[in-house]
Amino acid sequence: MSAASTTSPRSPWLAAYATAVFAFIYLPIVVLVLYSFNRDGVGGFPPRHFTVAWYRQLFADSAIWDSVLNSLIVAAGAVTISLTFGLLAALALDRTEFPGKALFRRLVLLPLVLPGIITGLSLLLFAVRAQLQLSLVTIFLGHGTALISVATTELFAGLQKMDRRQEEASLDLGATPWRTFWRVTLPNLQLSLIAAGLLIFTLSMDEIAVTFFLYGREYTLPLEIWGRLRRGITPEINAISTLILVVSIFLITIWYHLRARSERR
Amino acid sequence: MSAAPSATPPAAGATLLEVRAVSKKFGAREVLKTLSLNIASGEFLTLLGESGSGKTTLLRLIAGFEQPTAGEIWMSGERLDTLPPYRRRVNTVFQQYALFPHLDVSENVAYGLRAAGTAKAEIAARVTQALQMVRMHEFSAAKPAKLSGGQQQRVALARALVNRPQLLLLDEPLSALDANLRKEMQSELKALQREVGITFLFVTHDQEEAMALSDRVALLRNGDLEQVASPREIYEHPATAYTAQFIGQTNLLRGTVRNGVADCGALQFRCPRADGAALFSLRPEAIALAGPSQPRDAVSFTATVRQQIYAGATELLELETASGTTLRARVPSGADVAVSTAHNFVFAAASAIAVKE
Amino acid sequence: MYSRTYKLLVAIPPIAWVGLFLLFPYVLMFVHSFWTVRDGSIVHQWNLQNYVTLFRNPLYLTVLFRTARIAVSVTLLSLLLGYPLAYYLSFRAGPRKELLYQLVIVPLWVSYLVRGYAWKTILGSDGVLNGFLQFLHLTHEPVSALLYSPFAVTLTLTHIYTPFVFLPIYASLEHIPRPLVEASQDLGAGPLKTFFRVILPLSLPGLLAGATFAFVLSFGDFLAPLLVGGASGTMIANLVQSLFGAAYDWPLGAAISVFILLFTLALLALTQRLERRWSFD
Repeated sequence: MSAASTTSPRSPWLAAYATAVFAFIYLPIVVLVLYSFNRDGVGGFPPRHFTVAWYRQLFADSAIWDSVLNSLIVAAGAVTISLTFGLLAALALDRTEFPGKALFRRLVLLPLVLPGIITGLSLLLFAVRAQLQLSLVTIFLGHGTALISVATTELFAGLQKMDRRQEEASLDLGATPWRTFWRVTLPNLQLSLIAAGLLIFTLSMDEIAVTFFLYGREYTLPLEIWGRLRRGITPEINAISTLILVVSIFLITIWYHLRARSERR
Repeated sequence: MSAAPSATPPAAGATLLEVRAVSKKFGAREVLKTLSLNIASGEFLTLLGESGSGKTTLLRLIAGFEQPTAGEIWMSGERLDTLPPYRRRVNTVFQQYALFPHLDVSENVAYGLRAAGTAKAEIAARVTQALQMVRMHEFSAAKPAKLSGGQQQRVALARALVNRPQLLLLDEPLSALDANLRKEMQSELKALQREVGITFLFVTHDQEEAMALSDRVALLRNGDLEQVASPREIYEHPATAYTAQFIGQTNLLRGTVRNGVADCGALQFRCPRADGAALFSLRPEAIALAGPSQPRDAVSFTATVRQQIYAGATELLELETASGTTLRARVPSGADVAVSTAHNFVFAAASAIAVKE
Repeated sequence: MYSRTYKLLVAIPPIAWVGLFLLFPYVLMFVHSFWTVRDGSIVHQWNLQNYVTLFRNPLYLTVLFRTARIAVSVTLLSLLLGYPLAYYLSFRAGPRKELLYQLVIVPLWVSYLVRGYAWKTILGSDGVLNGFLQFLHLTHEPVSALLYSPFAVTLTLTHIYTPFVFLPIYASLEHIPRPLVEASQDLGAGPLKTFFRVILPLSLPGLLAGATFAFVLSFGDFLAPLLVGGASGTMIANLVQSLFGAAYDWPLGAAISVFILLFTLALLALTQRLERRWSFD
């Protein structure tokens, strides 16, 4: 039976308040996109003289695109590492018992709720101790390790939803555990894996708090943006941000579709 | 209890609740079709129907969780459908009990009294009394999650009754219980209703439950009332083929009446009706094996027993007449019948009830 | 049903990796916090001097209190914005609920940096807000007090964490069985009483999770202060960052980091306990 009507009487004040909160959330984003097309750059009101000059300038800016490439490399590596270890960690948490399991769970998930600076600096100390040169490799190590938390959360949820009897049936039908893992367990987790991968990719592309302490000579995109922000406000940052926004929305859309599909199953 | 205190319930037997030509649509779907129903004060009325018949919707309209698309609902001379749920002197026992998980049993029961601003001492006294009435006073400090289904059920009853509503709505309250507990709660519920004298409007899809509990049964079908009558009346004199089939088992015989005789293929019997096509309901227990002494106006026929299904005190026989009509007969167990053998059967002509389509 | 080999194969690699790249670095940080710096190099001499400095030095204490004040403000403001929004979506938005939910989620994925930067362009003395105020002739001179202040940091962090606070609250509101709300009304409680006696208590776990998240992450934030905070908006993590940078006192920086880490862990332990007590299923 539909139960909607009693629980949603008209409430104009609350609706107005919710609208105001939405406005607050979206104001900076709208400003950002709007001023990326403003000839006179960022600032002043109202924006006038539509232009795509900042985008043209952006596309000619090789430093930005080098950093984008670096970010893509780091993100690809981070996705690989964190999915691999996240999957194993989720399996370990879901179906094994070992001393210190509770501690392990907390430790793996800690980067989710810990300010990035702590993880970043700890890894910096580690790099110094291990005499690692700060470079894209240390950034990749940082992202890969911190984002295992995200992979583990997503994949553990996937495992919890999975019907354990499917694996039992596979073993019962004579498949080896190895074969069962590849033919039953992994296909069941396919959507969780893709969703987690997309999420980790997005988070890695945007990561700055951990990255901040681990970079060498090569910049990732957020570091490049950061460097320019420190120097002042430049409209091509609006342009790149708008592009990032478009790409993020694209990725989010995919992510939600996958998630909705996995929830329907 | 926060409703206008001026509205006092009418004397027992007088009309308490009037549903006047109420209809309800969810979008294009018509869930209730211009339905009218009166409930008498002190009555135990059951809304019976299949899922989707509109019985729960009607209950929710009376409780105030839904608004009628058209029509009005009145209680004790006061218009009800325009009031929000918290201003109606109606309380509900919900299907899954809907006990507040963060409050203990006595806080749950006190909820309505506190909302009405009742004095502390009175709340305490009435909560104790209500919990004693449902034999749950020992559990007053327990959280609902610690209680069994039957115990939660009792608390839900106490929580509603403690407010002394004019009308208590019960939305399939027994459906979550297992069969034994269900039977037990049925008799408790009936006893409780007599004790408190509050009008009960009970919703169920279980016809046996409806028969066991109610003063009157209102059978709903596709958002419309099929028949409203006492359990005995509705069973013995079903108005329609649907009612006859929904309540208990029956054989439907299609035929024509001519000159006071009904002709239903294999069976012919006297029938004081006008000529024309007719449909009859013949309960399986009305059919008996032919014996030495036969009732007056007995109709006898020969049929082959196709199946014999044992059911304790009785057994159900599936019969096939020579012309191929199948009938079901319920006979006392131990009858001398054999499967695939022809036997003689009888029924009283008066037990074939003419019903509408 | 899983063999010993299977269990070892799935458990050992992540334990080893996390042990090496997460636990060991945290331990290093912990160890560093007891060392000291002499003549520009780190001396491995165990002492508690760094912790004494953190709690004795008025500069650090001032920044610590400011950080706590900003983090509390951000938490309260995010709740003030996020809770009613979540309530509206869950109980009042009707069929538009799904769409509105997606609308709250989208900004969550907009780059953290970019959002900080956007506030900088809005609040700056030649920024959008000042341009807007002058456009309306409300002011003639640019208002310069907006940017580079604790206010700007609070605003930016509130903007960043409101959707994060919204999410768990919304989830816990959606989790409340609707018959409970109907039961409350049925028992004579109006909308306000129903909210305070049923809905609010049952959404406390979500509220707490969101508040913890916003508090912990804004407490340890150093980027928003760098972007929009100026000198008066410096927070505790900025001190850490400069101790690891220009000021070159890694042990002291490590001690403050350890303090933040332990503080976070203590808070998480506390809220988890409360969440467990307040959840009812």
